[in-house]
Amino acid sequence: MYRANAVPAVFIVLSALALYFSGLSPSFVASEVITRFIRDGVMVLALVIPVTAGMGLNFAVTVGALAAQVGIVLAVDWGLQGAAGLFAITAMGLGLSVVSGFLIGVMLNRVRGKEMITTMIIGFLATGIYQLVFMVGYGTVIRPANQEMMLSRGIGIRNMLDLAPFRNIIDTIWVIQAGPLEIPLFMILMVLGAAGLITYLLHTRLGQQFKAVGEGVEKAEMLGIDTRAVRIKAIVLSTVLACLGHIIFTQNIGMLNVYTAHMNTDIFACAALLAGGASILRAHVGHALLGVLLFHSLFIVSPQAGQNIFSNAALGEYFRTFVAYGTIAFALVMSTRGRGSAG
Amino acid sequence: MRSRLHLQIPQVFILVMLVVLLAGAFHAGIPLGGIMGDALVRLVMNGVLVMSMIPMLNAGLGVNFGLPVGICAGLLGMCLAVNFRLTGLAGLFGAMLISIPIGAVLGYLYGRLLNRVKGREEIAGTFVGFSFISIMNFFWAVAPFTNPTMLWPIGGQGLRPVIGLQGYFAKVLNHSWSFRLGDLTVPFGMLVFFACLAVLLHLFFHTRAGTAMVATGENEVFAGLSGVDVKAIRTLAVILSTVLAAWGICVYAQSYGFLELYSAPLMMAFPAASAIFLGGSLGHRTAVIQAVIGTFLFQTTYVISGPIANALLVPEVAEIFRMILTNGVILYAMLYEGGRRRRVQG
Repeated sequence: MYRANAVPAVFIVLSALALYFSGLSPSFVASEVITRFIRDGVMVLALVIPVTAGMGLNFAVTVGALAAQVGIVLAVDWGLQGAAGLFAITAMGLGLSVVSGFLIGVMLNRVRGKEMITTMIIGFLATGIYQLVFMVGYGTVIRPANQEMMLSRGIGIRNMLDLAPFRNIIDTIWVIQAGPLEIPLFMILMVLGAAGLITYLLHTRLGQQFKAVGEGVEKAEMLGIDTRAVRIKAIVLSTVLACLGHIIFTQNIGMLNVYTAHMNTDIFACAALLAGGASILRAHVGHALLGVLLFHSLFIVSPQAGQNIFSNAALGEYFRTFVAYGTIAFALVMSTRGRGSAG
Repeated sequence: MRSRLHLQIPQVFILVMLVVLLAGAFHAGIPLGGIMGDALVRLVMNGVLVMSMIPMLNAGLGVNFGLPVGICAGLLGMCLAVNFRLTGLAGLFGAMLISIPIGAVLGYLYGRLLNRVKGREEIAGTFVGFSFISIMNFFWAVAPFTNPTMLWPIGGQGLRPVIGLQGYFAKVLNHSWSFRLGDLTVPFGMLVFFACLAVLLHLFFHTRAGTAMVATGENEVFAGLSGVDVKAIRTLAVILSTVLAAWGICVYAQSYGFLELYSAPLMMAFPAASAIFLGGSLGHRTAVIQAVIGTFLFQTTYVISGPIANALLVPEVAEIFRMILTNGVILYAMLYEGGRRRRVQG
C-alpha cells in the first residue's frame, strides 16, 4: 500500500541547504524546532482524522483555534488564574469546539466533493463573526468585567492580551537540560500522547468506520455505516484537537493577539502535514509528527539563509510563504483521483 | 441567453440591508448623490474583475479562486506601462494591451494545471493563486525596473509595495466624459467602457467557441461526443478569464490611483466570488447581467456601510461586515448548490 513520497526528501534537502547557508548553529535550530514541535504538533495531528475519513484537508481547524481564543478571552475577562483558569479555558474551548464542529460537519455533509474549499470559507466566516463579537459586541452588548482589557474608546478588546496568569504553567513541567538544549519532556509526551490517542482511535470500531468512509462512501453505506454521522464525528474530533492545540500554542507564547493569532494556523498545519509525506487522500500520525519537524526546520532557517545568499531577508520570507502555499498546491495538483474525491 | 434571477436568502438579505443602510444614511444626513456616484464608480472598478470569472464558470470550472494569477498579469502589464512612462488613456490601454500576452501565457499554464484536477478546480485554484503571489513577491523584489518612482527610494532595487499612478494614468477612465447631475457625478466614459466589455463578453457566448464552452460546462461527456475538444475549450476559458482578470485589475488600479503589489491581491478572489453569487449565479452557467447586478449590490452596500460605520464610532465595522457578507454569501451558495445537487441525485 505504501507509496514512497518525495516531499519529505525535498524538505530534508532544502532544510540542510538552508541550514548550511544560514550559518545558524544546529543547537539553536534544534531548540527552536523543539519549541515549534510542542506548539504546533497537536494542531497538525488534528488534520489526520478528516483526511482518513475522505474529507481532505480540514481548513476549518481555525474554528477550533477560535474556540480556544474565546475561552482565553473570557477567562481573562473573569479574572481566572493559574491551573484552574487553564482548566476553565479548556472546558469552555472544548464545549464550543464540539458545538461548532457539529455544525461544520452538518454543512460538509451537504457539499460532498467540495469539502476543502468549504472549510476554508467557513474559517473566514467564523473569523468575521468572532471579530464582530470582540471588536464591536464587547462594550456595547456584552459588558466586560475587566476594564483593563478594553480599548480606550470603551468598545472592543485590545489587540494584545497579556496571558501572564497562564504563561508556562504546563511548559515548565519535567524540563530536562541536555547540553545546550532544554527539553520540555512533559510537553513532548503530551504531543506524543495525542498522537498515540489518535492511533488508538483509528484502530477502534469508530476508526475502522473513518477508514471505510474514506475509501468510498457508497461502499461504506453498503456495509451499513451511517456515513453522515461518521463524517460529523470526524470533524468534531478534528475541531476539538485543534482547540487543544491552540491552547497549548497560546499558553506557550504567553500573549494572545486577539484578532489575528488564529490566522494561517490552517495553512501552516496543512503544509506541515503534507511536508511529512501525507497526501490529501491518506495521512497518519507519523506524517504529522515528521512533517512538523521538517516544515519548521525549513521555516526557521530560511530567512537567515535568504539574508546570507541574497543579502535580502525579505526573499527568505517570501520563500517560506511560497513553501507553505506551494506544498499545499502541489499536493492538490499531484493527487490524481478523478471526480468524487474531496475537493 | 436565459437569465433567471434566483431571489434567494442572500439577495433578500442584501436588499433589506440596502434599504436599512440607505435609510440610515439619509437619517445621518449623508448626501445620497455622492453615494450613488461612488457606487457607480465602484461598480466598474470591481465589475471587470467579477466578469472575468464568467468564462471559467460557464466552462464548468467553477469559481476562479485563482484570480490572483490574472491579477498579477495585469499588475505586470501596468508596471511595464509605468516603466515606459505611458500616461493618460494611452497608459491604461497600453497596460491592458501588454497584459494580454502575459495573461495568455499564464492562463495557458494555469489552465493546463486545472485540467489535471477536474472536480477540484476551486481549492486547487485557490492555492495555485496563493503560491503564485509568493512567486511574484520574489519577482517584484528583484525585477530590473528603471523608473525611480516605482523603486524603493533607498538602494534603488526592488519595487515599492504601493506605486502611485498620479502623473501616469490614475483615474483617467473615471474622469473621461464624466458630468455632474446635481450632486451626482456620473462617470459616463467608465460606464460606456464597462457596457462595451459586458456586451462583447455576452456576444462571445454566441460565437462558435462560446457555445462550445457553455456546452462543455453543461455536460462534458456530451460535448466531447459532439466533437468539442473539451481540454482545449477548458484551457481557452481559463486563458480568457485570466486575461479579463488582468484587465480587471488595470481598471481597478487606475480608479484607486495606486498599484498595489506583493500580497495585496491575496484575498481579492473572495469578494469577486461573492458578487457572482449575489447576482444569482449558482457556480455554474452565469449570465453577464448577473455579474453586473451582483457587483452593484455588493459594492453599493460597501459604499454606504463605510460612512455609517464611521458615524457609529467603530470604523472597523465596515470591514468586518464586508468580510462576513463576502464569506456568508459564498458559503450559502455552496450549501444551497450542494443540497440541490443531492436532491437531484436523490
